[in-house]
Amino acid sequence: MNFIRRHLLLILAVTIGITAGLGLYTFSYAEGLSYFSSDPAACVNCHIMNDQYDSWRKSSHHAAAVCVDCHMPEKFFEKIIAKADNGFRHSKGFTLQDFHEPIQITPRNSEILQNNCLRCHGAVVHGIGQNVRCVQCHSHVGHGAQR
Amino acid sequence: MWLLVAAFLASVIAAIVILALVLNIFERKQEAKNPYVKLVEVTEDTEDPAVWGTNFPSQYDSYKRTVDVTRTRFGGSDAMPAQKLERDPWLKRMFAGYAFSLDYRDRRGHAYMLYDQEQTERITKRPQPGACLHCHASVMPLYRHLGQGDVQKGFELACGMPYQKAHDMVDDKGKKLVEHPVTCLDCHEPSSMKLRVTRPAFKAAIKELKAHQGIKDYDVDRDATHQEMRTYACAQCHVEYYFKGQNKVVTYPWSNGLKVEEIEEYYDKADWTDYKHGETGAPILKAQHPEFELWSQGIHARSGVSCADCHMPYKREGAMKVSDHQVRSPLLNINRACQQCHHYPENEIAARVDIIQNRTHELMQRSAKALTDMMDAINAARKEGVDDEALKEALNFHRKAQWRLDFIAAENSMGFHASQETARILGEAIDYARQGQLAALALAKAKAK
Repeated sequence: MNFIRRHLLLILAVTIGITAGLGLYTFSYAEGLSYFSSDPAACVNCHIMNDQYDSWRKSSHHAAAVCVDCHMPEKFFEKIIAKADNGFRHSKGFTLQDFHEPIQITPRNSEILQNNCLRCHGAVVHGIGQNVRCVQCHSHVGHGAQR
Repeated sequence: MWLLVAAFLASVIAAIVILALVLNIFERKQEAKNPYVKLVEVTEDTEDPAVWGTNFPSQYDSYKRTVDVTRTRFGGSDAMPAQKLERDPWLKRMFAGYAFSLDYRDRRGHAYMLYDQEQTERITKRPQPGACLHCHASVMPLYRHLGQGDVQKGFELACGMPYQKAHDMVDDKGKKLVEHPVTCLDCHEPSSMKLRVTRPAFKAAIKELKAHQGIKDYDVDRDATHQEMRTYACAQCHVEYYFKGQNKVVTYPWSNGLKVEEIEEYYDKADWTDYKHGETGAPILKAQHPEFELWSQGIHARSGVSCADCHMPYKREGAMKVSDHQVRSPLLNINRACQQCHHYPENEIAARVDIIQNRTHELMQRSAKALTDMMDAINAARKEGVDDEALKEALNFHRKAQWRLDFIAAENSMGFHASQETARILGEAIDYARQGQLAALALAKAKAK
C-alpha cells in the first residue's frame, strides 16, 4: 500500500502510456491515417462499400472525381469537420450495427453533395430552380449503375 | 492525490474501451473475408443438407426456414395450403378429364416439395411415372445409381418407371436414394461451391434454346456466366415441361423459343396433347409453372436481374455478405429484394406490385368466364347434334384459349414477372375463347334450323 502511495505518479504514467499505446495501435490497425487522404481505396476499407466503389469505377465520373470530391466539402476546415462527423458516425454504426439498410445519405451529406455538383456544373444549370437535387434524376453518374 | 487516482481510473477505463473497439474491428475484418471452416468433406454423394450445413451454417439456417408459414395475397406458404379448385371452381372445369381436377392446391415452400408431391391425389389416385421426381426431389444420386455412373442413362430409366418404384429405390447399402427436396447438391459443386446446373432436362433444353437463337454447341457448364447461373439454377425446375415418348422423358419445349405461342407451335408440330377435355373433347395442352419462360419476357430479365437477385437477395451478417437461402416471395423482404435498385419507400413498391397483381387476377377471372362460356357453347352445340368434324375449329379455339389462360394461372408471380406480356397472353385467351364461343353458337344455330 505504501509502495503504491509513493509511486502513484509512476503508476499513472504507465497506465496512461498503456492506454495511449493501445489507442495508437487501434488507430493504425483501423487504418486511421488513410482517412486523411482522398484515396478511394480508403473508403473501401469497409467492404460494405464494395458496390459503390465498383460502380464508381464504371461510372461517367470515374476519371473526373473521387469519393471525397463529391461527398466532402472542398474547403479545408469544412472538410476536416465533415470527415470527423462522418468518421465517427460510420465507426459507431459499424461497431454497433445499428444503421439503416440499404444505406441512405443523411440530409447534411445530401447538402454537401448538391453543393459539389454545382461547384463544377453550376454554370450549366444556373437557370434551373434549386429545389430539386441533381441526383434525383442523375442518380447513376457517381455510383449506382449496373454491376 | 485523488486527482491522480481519478486519472488512473479514467485511463484504465479508456484502455478497456479501446481494446473492445480494436477487437470489434478485428471481428469485422474477419467477417469481411467471408471465411468458412471446412469441418466436413462434402462430395457428389452428400445429399443431406445438414452435412453441408456444418460448413455453411448461415446458408443452411436460412435454407431450413422455407418451412415457415408465409402469406402474401396471391402467394406464400400455408400450413395447410388452400384447394384452388374450391377457390376458383372454373379450374375444375378446365381440368375435366385430367388429374388436376382431383386436387390442385396452393404451393408451399421448397422444404415441402417432395412431401407435397408424395401426398397429392394427382399421384396417390392416378398412375404417374418416375419422371415427376426430376424436379421435386434431390434426384442426382438416384440417376447416378440407376445409370451406374451415367446420369443421362439413369435419368431416362427413372422417367420410364412407375413413380412409386423410382421413389422407393435403394442403393447397394439399402439406403433410400430419394429422401430430400432440393438440396445444396442440386445447385452447388461440392468441391468449390460454384453455382451449377444438374438437371439433365434443363441441360438438353438450354442447348436447344441457344441453338434456336443461333448459338451453336452451347454447353451451360462452360458457357454460362455467374449471373446467368443465378437464374439457371432455378430454371432447372421452374419451367414448362412434358413427358416425351414412350419412356416419358422429361423435356422442356424450348427448341422453338420461350414465348407462349412459340411453345404452342412446338407442341402443334410435335402433335402433342396432354389430355382430351372431359366436357368438350378438345385436345388440351397443360401448362406447368412457366416462371422462367414468363420472366424471360419481362423488363427484369431484360435488365439482367436474375432469380436470385430478388428471391435470394444478399443479406448482411456483421460484415459477411451472404445470399439469403430462404427462397420466398420478395414481398416479404422488400427492403433487401427491391430497394437495392428501386430507391422508393416500401409502401410505394408494394403498391406498385399490388396494381400489377390485381389487374392480372381480374384479367384471369375474365378469361375464365370467357373460357367457361365457350365450353357451354360447345356442349350446347354437341347437344344439338353437331359432330366432331364440324366442331374442329371451335375445339382448336378451346385448345388455344385454355393454353394461354393456364400458362398464366399456373405461373406463380400473378403477372409480376412480365406484367405486360401477361396481359397480352390473357387478352389473347379471351379473344380465342370468344371466337370459339361464336363458332360453336353459329354451328348450333345452323344445326337447329
